Amino acid sequence: MPADEPMLRVSVWRGSGTKGEFENFDVPVRENQTILDIVSWIQQYADPTLSYRFACRVGMCGSCAMMVNGEPRWTCRTHVNKVASHDNSLTLEPLRNLPVIKDLAADLAPFFEKWVEAEAFHHPESTREDEIAAVDPESAERAGIDAAIECINCAVCYAACDTVAGNVDYLGPAALQRAWTQFQDERAGSKDAILDAVSGSGGCHNCHSMGSCAHYCPNELNPLIAIADLKRITAWRRLKGGSNA
Amino acid sequence: MLDVRLYLAQRISALIMVPLVLGHLAVMIYAIQGGLSAAEILGRTKGSFFWFAFYGLFVLAVSVHASIGVRAIVHEWTGIGKRALDIFTLGVGFILSVLGAWSVMAVTLT
Repeated sequence: MPADEPMLRVSVWRGSGTKGEFENFDVPVRENQTILDIVSWIQQYADPTLSYRFACRVGMCGSCAMMVNGEPRWTCRTHVNKVASHDNSLTLEPLRNLPVIKDLAADLAPFFEKWVEAEAFHHPESTREDEIAAVDPESAERAGIDAAIECINCAVCYAACDTVAGNVDYLGPAALQRAWTQFQDERAGSKDAILDAVSGSGGCHNCHSMGSCAHYCPNELNPLIAIADLKRITAWRRLKGGSNA
Repeated sequence: MLDVRLYLAQRISALIMVPLVLGHLAVMIYAIQGGLSAAEILGRTKGSFFWFAFYGLFVLAVSVHASIGVRAIVHEWTGIGKRALDIFTLGVGFILSVLGAWSVMAVTLT
């Protein structure tokens, strides 16, 4: 590379588990460069042992999220010129609130285990003998689901959430939002199972409504709406004696 | 570490406190017109069942509300377990209600 080429000073977290340190790399500046381009350049030209995760490169798969200058971002759609500091420096770390596998690859297992804990999956009760459920696309429930199901499971909200940081049992915005979509689904059975799951000691009532999830969601979703609705639904259910949960 | 039961207790105690806080502020502003003296305040509250009930309810609502709020903060800051947290919550609620009841009785009982 030419000697006078403009360079980025990139501090990258290296290590596994709880042990590690920052390593600095000088990366040449390119037009329309994304953070994913930066880590790919480092792996291809500076250190092939750098570990990170990506798949689609176009903001669909939710694989490439990491902490950029201390904030969770999807790196394939984050342009360097939007986030680099004035002195052309960047800090890259694995997603917060999750164990580190190696370098920039966080272990998302706890994140997805909480989806299951929240009963955030379809609860079918119909058989092939039943009529196909008629779902009105104009209904308020369906409109709410439409927005919430655009979640790409990137765990940016989970990394952004200060309640998750302080409370390891808290299910987190993504799992609660998905549980809410399942609850709103007209085809779902076992709705009480969903409400019981989100009413426990790690449930929706722990949310302080700080809104980091909505602020950082790369798809501009607002899990606060789902969480507030779950709080309302579970509170009324409890007041009406519908559950001991 | 808040379940729906604690969540409801905190929200309902907050609902109870809203008119009591407004009443308390209004009386404070009214009471300091023309100076403030212990004799004037005690003259209003001593032997008054209304002020006993007003501040007695206030103390109970505060004890419930604050102990649950402090519980959430302590859990997130220290990560202590559920049993220790339950004992802590009850302890804070107990201390607040005893101190509050003591004060209410001091200024309302004759």
